[in-house]
Amino acid sequence: MEFETVIGLEVHVELATKTKIFCGCSTAFGAAPNVNTCPVCTGMPGSLPVLNKKVLEYAIAVGLATNCSITQYSKFDRKNYFYPDNPQNYQISQLYLPICRNGHVDIETEAGIKSIGIHEIHMEEDAGKLIHDEWEDTSLVDYNRSGVPLIEIVSEPDMRSADEVLKYLDKLRMTIAYLGASDCKLQEGSMRADVNLSVRPVGSPEYGTRTEMKNLNSFKAIRRAIEGERARQIELISEGKQVIQETRHWDDNKEYSYAMRSKEDAQDYRYFPDPDLVPIHVSDELIESIRKAQPEMAEQKQKRYVSEFGLPEYDSEQITSEKPLADLFEKTTEICNNPKKVSNWIMGETMRLIKERKLDAKDLKISPKNLAELIDITEAGEINSSVAKEVFEKIFDEDISPKEYVKNNNLGNVSDEGELERIIKEVIEENPKSVEDYRAGKKKAMGFLVGQTMKKTGGKAEPGKVNGILNKLL
Amino acid sequence: MDISTLSAKELGDCLFNKEISVKEVLDYTYKTIEEKDKDINAFVSLCKEEAYERGSVIQEMIDRGERLSPFMGVPIAIKDNMCTKGIKTTCCSKILENFVPNYNATAVEKVLDAGLIVVGKTNMDEFAMGSTNETSFYGPAKNPHDLEHVTGGSSGGSCAAVAAGEVKLALGSDTGGSIRQPSAYCGTVGFKPTYGTVSRYGLIAYASSLDQIGPIAGNVTDTALLLEIISGTDEKDSTSVKRDEYDFSSVLDMDVKGMRIGIPNDYISHGLNDEIKEKINETAEKLKAAGAEVTNFDLGLLDYVVPAYYVIACAEASSNLERFDGVKYGFRADNYEDLHTMYKRSRTKGFGKEVKSRIMLGSFVLSSGYYDAYYLKALKTKALIKKAFDDAFKNYDLILSPVAPSTAPKLGESLSDPIKMYLSDIYTVSVNLCSLPSISVPVGKSKEGLPIGVQFIGDCFGEKNCLRAASMMSNGEA
Repeated sequence: MEFETVIGLEVHVELATKTKIFCGCSTAFGAAPNVNTCPVCTGMPGSLPVLNKKVLEYAIAVGLATNCSITQYSKFDRKNYFYPDNPQNYQISQLYLPICRNGHVDIETEAGIKSIGIHEIHMEEDAGKLIHDEWEDTSLVDYNRSGVPLIEIVSEPDMRSADEVLKYLDKLRMTIAYLGASDCKLQEGSMRADVNLSVRPVGSPEYGTRTEMKNLNSFKAIRRAIEGERARQIELISEGKQVIQETRHWDDNKEYSYAMRSKEDAQDYRYFPDPDLVPIHVSDELIESIRKAQPEMAEQKQKRYVSEFGLPEYDSEQITSEKPLADLFEKTTEICNNPKKVSNWIMGETMRLIKERKLDAKDLKISPKNLAELIDITEAGEINSSVAKEVFEKIFDEDISPKEYVKNNNLGNVSDEGELERIIKEVIEENPKSVEDYRAGKKKAMGFLVGQTMKKTGGKAEPGKVNGILNKLL
Repeated sequence: MDISTLSAKELGDCLFNKEISVKEVLDYTYKTIEEKDKDINAFVSLCKEEAYERGSVIQEMIDRGERLSPFMGVPIAIKDNMCTKGIKTTCCSKILENFVPNYNATAVEKVLDAGLIVVGKTNMDEFAMGSTNETSFYGPAKNPHDLEHVTGGSSGGSCAAVAAGEVKLALGSDTGGSIRQPSAYCGTVGFKPTYGTVSRYGLIAYASSLDQIGPIAGNVTDTALLLEIISGTDEKDSTSVKRDEYDFSSVLDMDVKGMRIGIPNDYISHGLNDEIKEKINETAEKLKAAGAEVTNFDLGLLDYVVPAYYVIACAEASSNLERFDGVKYGFRADNYEDLHTMYKRSRTKGFGKEVKSRIMLGSFVLSSGYYDAYYLKALKTKALIKKAFDDAFKNYDLILSPVAPSTAPKLGESLSDPIKMYLSDIYTVSVNLCSLPSISVPVGKSKEGLPIGVQFIGDCFGEKNCLRAASMMSNGEA
């Protein structure tokens, strides 16, 4: 029997607000334990939550970018469960009236464009972190993360393979990063995906029993977990056993998952509207102002770069994969009006150095002005390509002015024609054999003579010019 | 000078005119508490050191001619469910027995900013759950008019402290009558303002959608002035409202001429004590004589108010009280094997019986499968009750009603029959369900010598109407 995999995702995204969702504490990562806390995010008696408006705006922005309808009368609900990382013993979330509903994102598959439905997006608070001290046999709690804003994006069970899941996640990641709503890093936990998966015989109209897989910290882990869980479920069914509806924990080192809790011990969260927060009325004006402020998304940029700048599709896709790269491309092109060269610098050296230096595109230091200047002086023949690469690296690291750097380090091409002619004359005199060969019709000899000239100038002559002078003299 | 006969406003004037010093007032206050509180048990903790320290700062300001409010230098008692920085705040529960907040409730902050001096924290039903003050971990406060009777609750300590003359001003909180009912039992004036008028920040929540802080005093003027001090919009409380104005005292000299006042028929027929019914009639006559139009009307739905209230209040309470788990602060049981037993034992030992009952009731009505049948139905009932009041306020400026079906019961009579105790909230809970303002004023005493109060219920933001009628009534009494 052939099986089809049915997958839906629950994606948690940590929003990039400066302060927490219900209080004024910083969301900064890496502070000493419990430094970024106050009575509200530690659940002190009598404290009350107040919604950070930026969280609402980001959630709406993500909703609009994923074609959702925005719930104009939305509410927060309490999800009640006891755990020490959750200081109130309830999490403020949204169940009954989530802020966004009924959206979709399109992904490219081998069979063409496929639309993945989004059931809802809701806002909620993150929990703190428990640290277990094995030596002392105690547990400690750090509430710095308690109250950090999250959105949870719940997809429809529309995906059929790990490939589709990864495409969907990448699409979400790129969209949300373009909006500036989050940096969406799986490894650092600012984006977390839980995979709901079931299998069914191909052609079956009914869904099989699904499991939920947690602890997936990378795209690779997600792929392996999906493949592993698919195989596990098919094996169970083939053996005549039942798939149990349960939550499973993926151990990526062992490439194995184990059951955390079954549906039977699923808790009753006793959701009800949080009486400490007032209903959220989202006005048409707010939605419109957020819609207007939406940046051009990767997909549109990709198409535009091809049509407006004549970039190859591949290049366009690469450059738009990260918004900072696209921004650099657009701003630099505006200055130097040489899109193809700008694109080459970004796809080549920029991406190479980002990788080599293990950086993030958003940490780029290069200013469009300096990159444009580098392109201009290279095009004008003031420096040659190997010098240009050296200068670029300096711009990449320190954002120096290329003109000044070239001047200070005497890296410019020999531009004085008389001087160049004098050098070339020397080369001719020193290499009579080659001159003879050339005159006898061996065109290859020209290359050798150009090479010798470059050597004499320490690489600072423009090959085109050298060619011209040689031609004239010979 | 005989401090005991002064109102809070008069005492404030004497302090400002330096006829008496803040220290003398504090000495008097603590001496009175020492004498009387052995019997009354109105206070669960005193903060003498902080009070004298603050007192000397306030005295210096007075000496410089500064005046922060009419009550500058006047002592005040705070119900023990409002956070006071550095001063124990227990909700009269074992589970918070040793809890010292690191911040002030907004209402407390406002009282301090106005130059009042917090002298101590007052007794209450545990987590404000109770109508007699008998569920307090520290034992019941006793009615100063007769020590064998309860003070009412849950703000029993605050009302008893004012009634006994230990302080002239106190803050209480009212979730289903917790300011008004003990005020009626103790003969004080208690005002539950429109929901959102006073910030709830720092008030340890019982039922968030119903809780409201309000003033308790010996007369209507002091009550109105104290409300002016504690009210105001607060960015720390999403449910606080921004009112057009926070003036409440300007109407105190106005008469009630032309005011339309309604008495709901079912509020005076339903097993109401005859003496109280008599007082309602007397009150109606006085108001008529003063030029108000007083008529009876049918409000309806009275049988549904108590069930709707207890379902909603307990549902919210079950969630609000989850944070008391022995992990972060408060009581933690000594012996436990794991997290689960730590939670279980700390909460089992930390909460009293009434609180546990309400947590269980609330958890039940929110459980999956029962949510629609109980919690949602209660919300729908609440909406119907609200509609009935909205309709009434199309015809009336105020509603006159009893506060409780009887005068203060004897100690030990109520807890054994919780349903009966819950039903005694029948006249007060609608006000909370509908976010309305209501003031309880004393109108005399029973033959037994126990105080009787009536309440004036206004439409939302109709505090001034409540105060006009209340002030007329109390002027008549004085």
